[in-house]
Amino acid sequence: MSLLGENFMTEEGEFVINMGPQHPSTHGVLHLKVWLDGETIKKVQPHLGYIHRSIEKMSERLSYRNFIYATSRMDYLSAHINNQACALAVEKGLQVEVPARAQAIRVLLAELTRLQSHQLWWGCTGLDLGAVTPFFYAFREREAIMEIFEETCGARLTQNFCVPGGVMYDVNPNFQKRVKDVMQQIKSKYREYEEILTGNVIFENRTKGVGYLSKEDAISFGVTGPTARASGISCDIRKWFPYDGYEKLDFEEVVMEGGDCYTRYMARIEEMKQSVHIIEQMIDNLPEGDIQGKTKNVIKLPKGEFYQKVETARGELGVYIVSDGAASPYRIKYRSPNFSNLSALETMSVGTKIGDLVAIMATIDLVIPDIDR
Amino acid sequence: MFLKDYFGTIFKSIKSLLTGMRKTGYYFTHPKEILTEEYPDNRATLKMFDRFKGEVTMPHNENNEHRCTGCQACEIACPNGTIKIITKQEIKEDGKKKKAIEAFVYHLELCTLCNNCITSCPSDAIVMAQTYEHSVYDKTQLKKILNKPGSKIMEGVE
Repeated sequence: MSLLGENFMTEEGEFVINMGPQHPSTHGVLHLKVWLDGETIKKVQPHLGYIHRSIEKMSERLSYRNFIYATSRMDYLSAHINNQACALAVEKGLQVEVPARAQAIRVLLAELTRLQSHQLWWGCTGLDLGAVTPFFYAFREREAIMEIFEETCGARLTQNFCVPGGVMYDVNPNFQKRVKDVMQQIKSKYREYEEILTGNVIFENRTKGVGYLSKEDAISFGVTGPTARASGISCDIRKWFPYDGYEKLDFEEVVMEGGDCYTRYMARIEEMKQSVHIIEQMIDNLPEGDIQGKTKNVIKLPKGEFYQKVETARGELGVYIVSDGAASPYRIKYRSPNFSNLSALETMSVGTKIGDLVAIMATIDLVIPDIDR
Repeated sequence: MFLKDYFGTIFKSIKSLLTGMRKTGYYFTHPKEILTEEYPDNRATLKMFDRFKGEVTMPHNENNEHRCTGCQACEIACPNGTIKIITKQEIKEDGKKKKAIEAFVYHLELCTLCNNCITSCPSDAIVMAQTYEHSVYDKTQLKKILNKPGSKIMEGVE
């Protein structure tokens, strides 16, 4: 047995190297142990636990209003959607009705979150594959979205804007104008995105046919989100199990056949367009009314189990609350999308070259704090 | 056939290189489209949004009076134990006892700026300030007492 972080040669002549936990292209503290034959990958083993903060256990001590803030620190790029999932799960237990305006604000902010998350992913994918310029272009549009969040929610990443029963505040008076401006800006920059990365010959060579994930494998590993939809699985929670008024909206689920890195890339690009479409049809007709339903100061859920799943930017996030009737949850379990998506990494990468591992990791779009929680 | 593919790839590579370079050239000749915020240099003009969550503060009026009754709702609402309220018994002019705050201790180093204390406060005694530069050399400097020395509760706040 060798030490955890040691590089060594096995008896069969396979070279074992450690990628991470401080590798820049693992986007965080992901530690991959890679068995190599020359440059070909024989086996990949992820080591987890470097950023475990025991959010689930911590939540058992907090009240139903307070545990929501911690979920912003799980998948920090879809923080608002995580908060929304928790709020929805508590509302399910309370049987409280969320006002139409609060639902619309939540959905708008959720789609903006998805958009900024995919934009950051687009930039980072370019960066991982050796193109530095897209990173800066992506951050330019993302910055405009972050300002919307900063103006309305008060924070850029860890918003904590959803509360059980609705949202914390009404939107800022500038909100609608600012969102419309940003949507115009993003739509005009689509061509730039396509020009600079999608059609690039180096990018195409590095992603087409690399990291194939079959439909069967994707199902058996529980892969969700754009990663699964690029393998031809229809699994959008917004379509199948609508929440917060998604059933009234007109948008298409992006399902693509192919299952390689390039298809996953295209699926996310298409999803960005769908998000813009959703925002544009909602922004002009925000319903009037309250922003919070009637909830008590101290929330006590009835005895029982409540499960709510939402579609984050990376896949299906499930919040499972077990209540024993007290003011804080008995047990909370998060089913996080990145953990399941990571499990398919080995299937995708065995047989490819070590350089392709970076491309595969980039297109699964892993966020490490969500894996460990 | 092989030659055709070979030269086709070369041609395609040059084309995609030029496409990228054209975009770079466009931004090189249009410097106004670059939106960099030069942060430490623009401190004087940088204004945060009104809702920006910087740190919890307690506003005082000109008579050194605040609105905090010492009900400890914020202390209960805080998920991290950031707020500790030390209360005292104050004897009013008519001889009745009344609860008042001795010190409103706020640990900025523990605060996650979740805004739960602000929304839970029944008398609007605390607000979020729009400060953003919090780095210090020692974390004990981040422990703050929010009520000013000698301050007392505003008239009419229960």
